[in-house]
Amino acid sequence: MKTLNALSAALLLVASVGSQAQPEYDQYARGSYLATLGDCTACHTTDAKQPYAGGVKINTPFGVLAGANITPDRETGIGDWSYDDFRRAMTEGIGHNGKRLYGAMPFTAYTKMSERDLQDLWAWIQTLQPIHHEVETNQLPFPFNIRTSLIAWNWLNFDKGTFVPDAKKSAEWNRGAYLVQGLGHCGTCHTSKNFLGGDKDDRFLSGSVVEGWYAPNLGADAHTGLGKWTQEDIVSYLRTGVNRYAIASGPMADAVRHSTQYWRDEDLRAVATFLKEGKTHDEEVPQPLAASDDRMKLGAQIYEAKCSACHSPGGRGERNIFPQLAANPLINQPDATSLIRVVSAGSRGVDTDARPTAPAMPAFSGVLDDEQIAAVLTYVRNSWGNAAAPVSASDVKDVKDDMK
Amino acid sequence: MKKLPKTDVVVIGLGWAGSIIANELADEGLDVIGIERGPWRDTARDFNIGTVTDELRYVMREELMLRTRQNTCTMRNNPSQTALPMRTWGSFHPGNGTGGAGNHWAGITFRFQPHEFQLKSHLTERYGADAMPAELTLQDWGTTWEEMEPHYMQFERVAGTSGYAGNLNGEKRAGGNPFEGPRSGDYPTPPLRQPYGPTLFAQAAKEMGYQPFPVPSSLVSEAYTNPYGVTMGPCTFCGFCTNYGCANYSKASAITTVLPALMRKENFTAYTNCEVLEVLTDSSGKKATGVTYVDSSGDTWEQPADLVIVAAFTFENVRLMLLSHIGEAYDPVTNKGTTGRNYAYQTANNVTLFFDDKNFNPFIGAGAVGMGIDEFNNDNFDHSGLGFFGGGSIRVTPIGSAPIGYRPLPPGTPKWGSKWKRALKDNYLSTMSIGCEASSYTTRTNYLSLDPNYKDPHGRPLLRITFDFAQNDLKMAQYCTGKVAEIAKSINPREMIVKPMTGHWSSVPYQSSHVVGGFVMGADPSTSSVNKHLQVWDVPNLFVVGASAFPQNPGYNPTGTVGALAFKAAHAIRTWYLKRPGEMITA
Amino acid sequence: MKKRAKTLPGVTRRQVLTWSTLGVAATVTRAADAVSLKGSPGWTPFADNPPETFDQPGWLFFTQEEADTIEAIVDRLIPADELSVGGKEAGCAQFIDRQLHGFYGTFERLYMEGPFQKGTAEQGDQSPLVPQQRYRQGLAALDRYVQQTSQKRFKDLTPQQQDALLAAMEAGKVHFEGFDAQSLFIEVLNNTMEGFFADPIYGGNRDMASWKMLGFPGARYDYRPYIERHNEDLHLEPISIAQWKGRDKP
Repeated sequence: MKTLNALSAALLLVASVGSQAQPEYDQYARGSYLATLGDCTACHTTDAKQPYAGGVKINTPFGVLAGANITPDRETGIGDWSYDDFRRAMTEGIGHNGKRLYGAMPFTAYTKMSERDLQDLWAWIQTLQPIHHEVETNQLPFPFNIRTSLIAWNWLNFDKGTFVPDAKKSAEWNRGAYLVQGLGHCGTCHTSKNFLGGDKDDRFLSGSVVEGWYAPNLGADAHTGLGKWTQEDIVSYLRTGVNRYAIASGPMADAVRHSTQYWRDEDLRAVATFLKEGKTHDEEVPQPLAASDDRMKLGAQIYEAKCSACHSPGGRGERNIFPQLAANPLINQPDATSLIRVVSAGSRGVDTDARPTAPAMPAFSGVLDDEQIAAVLTYVRNSWGNAAAPVSASDVKDVKDDMK
Repeated sequence: MKKLPKTDVVVIGLGWAGSIIANELADEGLDVIGIERGPWRDTARDFNIGTVTDELRYVMREELMLRTRQNTCTMRNNPSQTALPMRTWGSFHPGNGTGGAGNHWAGITFRFQPHEFQLKSHLTERYGADAMPAELTLQDWGTTWEEMEPHYMQFERVAGTSGYAGNLNGEKRAGGNPFEGPRSGDYPTPPLRQPYGPTLFAQAAKEMGYQPFPVPSSLVSEAYTNPYGVTMGPCTFCGFCTNYGCANYSKASAITTVLPALMRKENFTAYTNCEVLEVLTDSSGKKATGVTYVDSSGDTWEQPADLVIVAAFTFENVRLMLLSHIGEAYDPVTNKGTTGRNYAYQTANNVTLFFDDKNFNPFIGAGAVGMGIDEFNNDNFDHSGLGFFGGGSIRVTPIGSAPIGYRPLPPGTPKWGSKWKRALKDNYLSTMSIGCEASSYTTRTNYLSLDPNYKDPHGRPLLRITFDFAQNDLKMAQYCTGKVAEIAKSINPREMIVKPMTGHWSSVPYQSSHVVGGFVMGADPSTSSVNKHLQVWDVPNLFVVGASAFPQNPGYNPTGTVGALAFKAAHAIRTWYLKRPGEMITA
Repeated sequence: MKKRAKTLPGVTRRQVLTWSTLGVAATVTRAADAVSLKGSPGWTPFADNPPETFDQPGWLFFTQEEADTIEAIVDRLIPADELSVGGKEAGCAQFIDRQLHGFYGTFERLYMEGPFQKGTAEQGDQSPLVPQQRYRQGLAALDRYVQQTSQKRFKDLTPQQQDALLAAMEAGKVHFEGFDAQSLFIEVLNNTMEGFFADPIYGGNRDMASWKMLGFPGARYDYRPYIERHNEDLHLEPISIAQWKGRDKP
């Protein structure tokens, strides 16, 4: 068990509840908030009426896994686990009776958690309703279903250990680092993966394809990262689901809906502070295509007829409802998977307490074929301060085929 | 029939009125079930910008409207005739599904004027009892402008209505409507920018000494977030407006302004594709106990509730009350009964102006973009000696020019052949029209009842409309349209068609969907069905909300008032009724 | 047991989560088989509500004889001239054929309960016949009349003869056995105009011929840059719903 230095302890108390309440209740409240920070429900709740009873299918490149039942049910949940079992699972990826967990359970991130947070979370889990619900977690095909292979995987991909604050940085930065690297497990989606599905550590938050979407670059690069985002852009996106560049949809809609919209303001600001001081990732900034390019001309026509009514002439967007497309780093990602997907299949923005509208992109594949979708995306990606690789008809077809 | 667990509130209809009230009562913490006979409507799926620009589908084939096969009305002009079904809609366009007609409306959002709410008293006082035409059955509403105003404000703030106040707390402001009642606040968004036709009209009107103003529009002029946190986008003047759904969240309706917030409430559930068959009452008839409805698989259910709100549009409000035996059915011969009496409509007039030298780009338009004048509306002008009462809202509101329906032709043009084609091409871009949406005053023989011959798919009688224009209204139409023609003439068109409403009300050509009355509000139970809180006389836990409450119709679009009445009823329930459930509200 | 909304095969966990807040598509909450909705709606990828169109070639309703007659009629109602192609080349007959083949042809959406009785002019169309029947019976009556009076088919009359007959039908000056000539004329005129001016996706208005003639820009949606350009010719090329996808061609 690691000893906390005084600075860590101070940091981790930054967001804690006041101490007048009963100590047990206090702990449950902290634990509940930690579960929100970690978004446990995303993988462990299938049916809102049976919280944390597991069963959520997780598609990995290697096959299907399912989130376990983590209610205190003795037969089908973790009712017979000890605290040590829980801590090992969260920080080492080793479950009850030594069963190794696949990295889809992001222990590689949760390993950062402090001892006190783990204890609080465990205490809260004990308060959950035990639900009898059998879950077959390992649905991977052979040979991936052999858990002992994870020994090697962990050796290659896993840096165990609790978060160590950087004494040169502010308390707020360290809190943000703790959240982003730890409970927030942002890297699970936003960090490029190696061929084993582990994080490329030198590419932390540089962007990655995940489950048919492209989780964008969250580094400090200006063209494709958060370099142009303000603190308010980041905080607003996480709290309300909406900022000038986007309305969270796809996997982030879930993360905002179940998790980040409930984070405390100071935690959101800490995340924003940490991200804004992040590393860059040597982004490539291409030359934008000339407006005379045939794809650009076709795209411009389509844009005026089908896109402008919402996203406005010049891609300027409309406040809080239609994202601006001009000079929008999300439009400039090297991989256009998310863009292709929302244009061809449509997508609904998240509804949050602060912003309940949840408008949706309509699906355009009924009136535009692959080449036209490619043209209008190429046009958007190379107009109004944007510059990014053109999109081809076969790119569009690939994304659509993946969705079938 | 299966009986479901009791809920606190059941709301029939999830259009404007039903959604507003359901949302208010859900905020009060009550368990609310909203029952809608039509489907769930989603902007991005159902009004996909790629396919919504379809005049055949949405205008000619009436895609968003209630399918007459599901329900329709029969009509006749007077009681001596046999009413026959409206097998396809013409004169009006009832809505269906969540959002109801609010999804396909034009968006014009007037408030009624202070004198409207005491119309009978006001006219009697100003002109004397002898001046009142014997055929008219005008009534006071039982409420006042002061009581209505905060609720008008509420509705406009939810809808994001665009405009410029002409009377702000008593201060008159140039550029606004000088005849409007004093507003406690300006419109939530500024007026829409205008295309050519309205500005030409406004200039001409001004030169004649009138005071033109931008028509108040719930197609919002800029991105707007309402008090529920729901955001709308700005109107893009696409010209596919009235009769169509809006693809870019700019047309205020329950689906764009209320339901996104309401649906997230734990204590609200919506049932769609469920048709309410009747409102149930106990043996005394003085207490509503719930509703019965049939779902899309044909099963019938009883949904008990402590509070029943009927918000199913004028026609279905009245029909449900007749089918459920609420109030005594009105008999025009004996003049007894209240359910069905005082049904009214709107008197539609217009003047078409043909030019050779102007391009109006008529395809740029929206249902509520336009300029208007009110000098000849309602009692804004002296009617002494004219022989009629009432008037109309004169406005130029170019809604678009999709060409199946928009083919302006000078009089005498053939309807086909090369000459037809030439005339169409020559006049298509260079024609404008000035409308006069005028009052419809109630008479003894204009009423709603159950049809004796025709039934709906569930075996219930259709609603029968007995209506014709009052002689008063036809006289008014001549006068007001004459005034429009004067303005038109001053703009020097090559020729004009002056078309006041004449003759009988025909169900065939489209005129207006502003059907009102039949379950009117008032202070006197012998001539009204609900009190000023929309609470049914003698059935305290039943509220019937909508334009069915209007005792007559002024020369204005009704939706602003429908929204205001919904907020008013909700306010009365929240502040009075829930503290004294089961009692008539006497405040 | 809650029935889950239908998903595409291979759908990921995150798409499932997006839907789980909405009990759409048969959530059996209170046992009512209606669609009972709670919470914010999800999104089904490719969710759409396209118009009813038919892409099969050939006549779907008309017999060849009927098609010949209709094509000849639409070509007189909208003749080819310097302003535009005629109704036949514009596809008006194809339009009518497809409309009759679809929900319009059987009045599927309309109240068609009896008793059927003729009413006043104000009471509108009270015919028990649906459009399929009106065309079938009407065109047969027309052809019979033409055969009897000229020993020809309508399509073989000269354009002047055709015009004269159509004008007489329009004016109510000619009587057909078995179908009211004036009603038939009105029916065909209305549908022909619909076909000439509707979006090409329905088979008529080929190449947006009518829109080009009028200067109607078609399926555009954002006129904000143009609204205050008063009294100006804007030279906006018309656009149709499916022009890029190329589904206009029947």
